[in-house]
Amino acid sequence: MSASTPQTVLMASGARRSRTSHALVQNVGLVLVIGLLAACIIGYCVLFVVTQHRFPGGFELTSTLDNTMPLAFAALAQTLVVLTRGIDLSVGGVIDLTNAVAAQTLTGGPVATTLWTLAILLIGAACGLVNGVLVAVGRLQPILVTLATLSIYQGIAIRVLPQPGGAIPPGFTAVLANPNWPTSLLYIPVIGGLWAIFRRTRLGVAVFAIGNDAMAASSHGISVKRTVILAYTLGGLASACAGLFLAANATAGDATTGDTYTLTSIVAAVLGGVSLFGGRGSGLGALFGAFVTVMVVNILFFAHIDPLYQTFYEGLFLLAAVVSANMIGRAVRGRR
Amino acid sequence: MTRPAVEAVEVGKSYGGVAALTAASFTATAGEVHALVGENGAGKSTLIKILGGRVRPDTGVVRIGGNAVSLSGPQAAHDLGAWTVFQELTLLPWMTVAENLLLLRETKGATGLISRSATIRDADALLARYGVHHIDPRALVEDISLAERQTIEIVRAVSNNPQILFLDEPTSSLVEREVEWLFGQIRALRTQGACVVFTSHRWAEIRSIADRITIFRGGKDVGTFTEIDEGEAVRLMTGRRVEALYPPLPPMPNAAATALEASAMSGPNVRGVSFSLHAGEVLGVGGLAGHGHRELFRMLFGDATATGGQLTVHGKTRRFRSPRAAIAAGIALVPEDRKTEGLLLRMSVRDNATLVILKRLTRFGVLKPAEERRAAQSVVDSLRVRTAGISQPVGALSGGNQQKVLLGRWLLAECQILLLYDVTRGVDVATKHEIYELVLKLASEGHAIVFYSSDAEELAHLCHRVLVMREGVVAAELHAPGITAEDIVSAAVRDHLAA
Repeated sequence: MSASTPQTVLMASGARRSRTSHALVQNVGLVLVIGLLAACIIGYCVLFVVTQHRFPGGFELTSTLDNTMPLAFAALAQTLVVLTRGIDLSVGGVIDLTNAVAAQTLTGGPVATTLWTLAILLIGAACGLVNGVLVAVGRLQPILVTLATLSIYQGIAIRVLPQPGGAIPPGFTAVLANPNWPTSLLYIPVIGGLWAIFRRTRLGVAVFAIGNDAMAASSHGISVKRTVILAYTLGGLASACAGLFLAANATAGDATTGDTYTLTSIVAAVLGGVSLFGGRGSGLGALFGAFVTVMVVNILFFAHIDPLYQTFYEGLFLLAAVVSANMIGRAVRGRR
Repeated sequence: MTRPAVEAVEVGKSYGGVAALTAASFTATAGEVHALVGENGAGKSTLIKILGGRVRPDTGVVRIGGNAVSLSGPQAAHDLGAWTVFQELTLLPWMTVAENLLLLRETKGATGLISRSATIRDADALLARYGVHHIDPRALVEDISLAERQTIEIVRAVSNNPQILFLDEPTSSLVEREVEWLFGQIRALRTQGACVVFTSHRWAEIRSIADRITIFRGGKDVGTFTEIDEGEAVRLMTGRRVEALYPPLPPMPNAAATALEASAMSGPNVRGVSFSLHAGEVLGVGGLAGHGHRELFRMLFGDATATGGQLTVHGKTRRFRSPRAAIAAGIALVPEDRKTEGLLLRMSVRDNATLVILKRLTRFGVLKPAEERRAAQSVVDSLRVRTAGISQPVGALSGGNQQKVLLGRWLLAECQILLLYDVTRGVDVATKHEIYELVLKLASEGHAIVFYSSDAEELAHLCHRVLVMREGVVAAELHAPGITAEDIVSAAVRDHLAA
């Protein structure tokens, strides 16, 4: 390099903001969702004590975590796609399909179960691959592609498992969603760790880059097509994980069980600070967002809200959370 | 010694039937700084995009290092040692300066994963090596200024040790000192035997750094020179003499009514701007990009809220909360980016022209098609819009003609005060001339016009007065006759030179 040639100094350095200050401002969405989760947990505990006259214990912890895992994976799947400035409405369909296949195939011994588990993960990835190819190569709008494949995957799922049923081996449940002790406490750090690794790979950078500005990213030599396809494929893989955890938790399969996850995965990602305009947010935020979403349902339950009105309050909560996050985010950024 | 580093031979490119380049050729050698000059729309940017691998040519040959190449993308150009700083910046706004600088060559840690702290450290070292100490590598790109972004873009390209460096209008958002810095980098590359090809509109810069100049007009080259004076260059670029491009400025009507008066207007990026505008006057606004013109125009049009000051329109104090209110008061804005800010590209010339007067063209809420047609046709006729017909989609028109449709819309709405924001940007010379005539004709008919242009020459010839803005304040007020482009530019950069 030209280090030896004397260079014109453009400008001397001025005062810089501290590393922590940068980190806080740039991750305000993550900080907010952690705060929101803390508030939800406190609210939940207070309500629990008031209504049940005891503190929530191991059972509550385990069941909450087990109920959250599928949504955590679905939110991660959604985040991977949304970061590329896309949206994946087929998340629910992939969960349906993988869940149905799990119910039909996970009936044998440990070896067969393991092999089928891997096969189911591949099925999920294949579903995502189809989405990605249609979006990137077919140059179709993500919302259209995934709306169509949602129906298609749902249809295949019904074909695979016309009636809810199947008998998931207890061993499978014990590994993924053990009712007696919180296995999920292991999986959450693993998911967080995987995300941290993903963020530090070329692919991770490329996903964020094309979500920022696909044209600019391609000027830097990033392959937009390849990145989009891989993001959707990884998303399909994460959705398949959701389908498997759901099967483990329910110990049976249902070809329509995943339908609600299409929308709740978007909710969890948005609560976690993922921008629907792409390029901003993190999988960690989505993970916390999933927990918030589940905690809100729990809170509504213990507040004795009529289940018929549950969605009404969920909607109110989502709106309030997004509006206040927006205001706080703007205040933090505007302060400089 | 004069080994050709990059050659374009009869390169052509069309977009949707409109030729951006017809047959453009030039050759630049290793160790040379080569300037491409020409009017907006002459095809320089398209040529740079082709050379940078971002756009594929329809016809012609590109040779890099003597070999004919077919670039599949920017990466292919990078592999050949050719790096480009495109005119529209390619930084990623929500990523850090460090991530942008080292994109695809991030520093990896022992685990094989990208290390953020090492990337920051290396970016800091890289910035320091190029004398850029004031930009924080941890900052998000969206939080740094336009000039800083341009600087980052340049550092990134230069730090890849390019054999060939293409720069498309690298100085347009830089001030004097930053231009000097850039030229330092360019000279260093030249010394190392690299080839630098750049485009610029600033003659003084071109003369100070370029070894050779190739002039483009209408999508092809019209000559390469080592020495050429500005007048001759302009004649070659425009095909006409400087004076002939601009129609004579009509005199200001005596004792004309004040149409618009701003006193101490303040808002984002604008501090205490005062002026008065008379009917029949063309008031120019000039200065470097990013010094508050855009915000001032948006405030006058009710699209941004003024935090202080007062606006008087036709003698009445006004406070616009929306463009709708400004339009109702007879103020119209023709923005630079007509595609996103003014026109509905897929709708017809007719629909676009009559958009704001639909109320007048309806009876009981139902449109009267004959009157709508008549109104639209009057715009096409009086402004000489070149279109196949009023039902043609506006998107199919050339830039200058789109601009006329937008202007016609406001004339139909009988707006007396016209805010024209860089309306000739990207417009071909012939249409430019027509727009100049139109602006002056509208003024002589009693319209009051505020005219911002990034082209100082244009301001010097078309305006009765020119306000030069710098850092949000009016730095100078120049009066015709006798305004020169040099006066405007020097008023715009005066402080930076002194600093």
